[in-house]
Amino acid sequence: MMDLVIFYVLAGIAVVGAVLTVTRRNAVHSAVFLITALMATAGIFLQLRAEFLSVVQIILYVGGIMVLFVFVVMLVNLDVALRQVQFNRQKWVAGIVVLGLAAQIVFILTIGRTQDPGVLGVPPTPADQLSPNTEKIGMRLFENYMLPFEIASILLLVAMIGAVIMGKRRI
Amino acid sequence: MATLENIVHHPFFLPILYGVVLVLVLPLLIGYLVLLERKIMADMQARLGPMRVGPHGLLQPLADGVKLMLKEDITPTEADRWIFWVAPIVTFTAGMTALAAVPFGPGFQVADLNVGLLFVVAVSALGIFGIVLGGWASNSHYSLLGALRSAAQIVSYEVAGGMALVSGLLLGGSLSLRRLVEAQHGEGAWFVFLAPVGFFIYFVASVAETNRAPFDLPEAESELVAGFMTEYSGFRWVIFMMAETANMIVVASVATVLFLGGWLRPFASTRELDFLDYLPPLLFLVLAAYCFWRTPKQPVGIQKGVMALFALICLGLAGAEGWALTLPADSALRAAIHGGFWFLLKVFLYLYSFYWIRFTFPRYRFDQLMRLGWQFLIPVAIVHVLAIGSALLLRQRAGWGLWPAMGLATLVTLLVAAWLAGGKERPAYLPSEPGG
Repeated sequence: MMDLVIFYVLAGIAVVGAVLTVTRRNAVHSAVFLITALMATAGIFLQLRAEFLSVVQIILYVGGIMVLFVFVVMLVNLDVALRQVQFNRQKWVAGIVVLGLAAQIVFILTIGRTQDPGVLGVPPTPADQLSPNTEKIGMRLFENYMLPFEIASILLLVAMIGAVIMGKRRI
Repeated sequence: MATLENIVHHPFFLPILYGVVLVLVLPLLIGYLVLLERKIMADMQARLGPMRVGPHGLLQPLADGVKLMLKEDITPTEADRWIFWVAPIVTFTAGMTALAAVPFGPGFQVADLNVGLLFVVAVSALGIFGIVLGGWASNSHYSLLGALRSAAQIVSYEVAGGMALVSGLLLGGSLSLRRLVEAQHGEGAWFVFLAPVGFFIYFVASVAETNRAPFDLPEAESELVAGFMTEYSGFRWVIFMMAETANMIVVASVATVLFLGGWLRPFASTRELDFLDYLPPLLFLVLAAYCFWRTPKQPVGIQKGVMALFALICLGLAGAEGWALTLPADSALRAAIHGGFWFLLKVFLYLYSFYWIRFTFPRYRFDQLMRLGWQFLIPVAIVHVLAIGSALLLRQRAGWGLWPAMGLATLVTLLVAAWLAGGKERPAYLPSEPGG
């Protein structure tokens, strides 16, 4: 019962925050609601006993949105932005993408309802019987998924070097 | 009495009790930390500091609190109203929430999270949002400049501070704050002695992250009036100030847990030094005796009363610490009471060094601050993490002792630091190349 209440409160905050992120005209307000939505998602992760994921969600998105925020303040002229058209006209494309995503979610939900552990490969476990998972994520990342991990690191390194090159013409 | 039993044994009972105690005690503690800061400042500048309200200004925090609560709360015209209102609360809530994972004693912890250290770092980092939002919403140039400086500074120094925390983590082998302290008990040495460079880098980064002098550029009064707090007044200003002090307590707690042995007494595993357990009650007894000795010298009757009251509080604390000594050595209550004393003592010493530095060093220029962070602290911190990792490998695979391995790691890091610091310095305010 308690779990359900917490989940619906957090999920409601996330959905309302996400909607307001899109509909606010002021870019700073949008950033604030984006944080609200992401924090609520972090809360849901915490409720699922995915502590590491939850904390990483906070660290990464706080840092990321902090930068976004500074860019909004520095680069976007808010007075001009307020008068511009807020939505573009590709409503049909967006609608089709949303329908596709919804179909995917419904499909996953129906599979989950069958209670067959073989389908998703994960046996359902009550949340309070899960063991701490931070170490497991580390082991998996560095044993089974070493190559993708390194490729992602190189991608980030390339982005970093590119940013320095673009920011500084003469080094 | 079955219902009372049920409540006491409910799994949420102790965490909620600890949380309520924290929320009640913290504002008082923050008020007295501000008084302490003013007294230390006065001492270093050969003055007396606050002396009027209560004996030796002991009631000054309460008077300040009442005054600030009654002050008018001004919202600037064309400020972004609700962001302006919510910003200080965000900062303060972040600081308070981070304290939830801090173990003040072996049993005194609201939540022993599996990822405690990451949680504290993540949640206390949310505090800059309040600063930046407040600075932006004030609709004032000084506030905005202060907020942007704060964002740049905190983002820069968080990298160095985070790497310094990693060097401690490698030694402890866990993210849970409780287990980190237990690991230091197991090694028989606080990590500050094993990784002094890591501690130093974290110390510098924590000063910068809490916007304290000499890194207080976001609120540099000679340049920006009061930085992001310029437009705040009355109670909202108080919340910002409390948030700053709460964040100082958070970083001091993290440093205490990771590097200074948390609730452990000095030489906790040496049985010959058990007489150190008598130090806490003796300390409070001396304090109480001093207060009683000063009581008749107060000028007014009411001041005498207040002084006697403080003496009685010290006497009570001495009694509590002494009573804990009579409990068996392995009792949880004794460990909690004495652990709490040592933990708070270390936190206060850490904060004292914050104050000491504030009143001793001049403020950095912004380019100096950035150069120190990016070109010195971050490379040294990364090298330190690599060196400690290699030293741990030497210990595991080659059978080295703990101290030689760590000594080698520290030496290597110091050599790299000396090489970095010895490079030819070029003032950053000059253009790097003509026309560049």
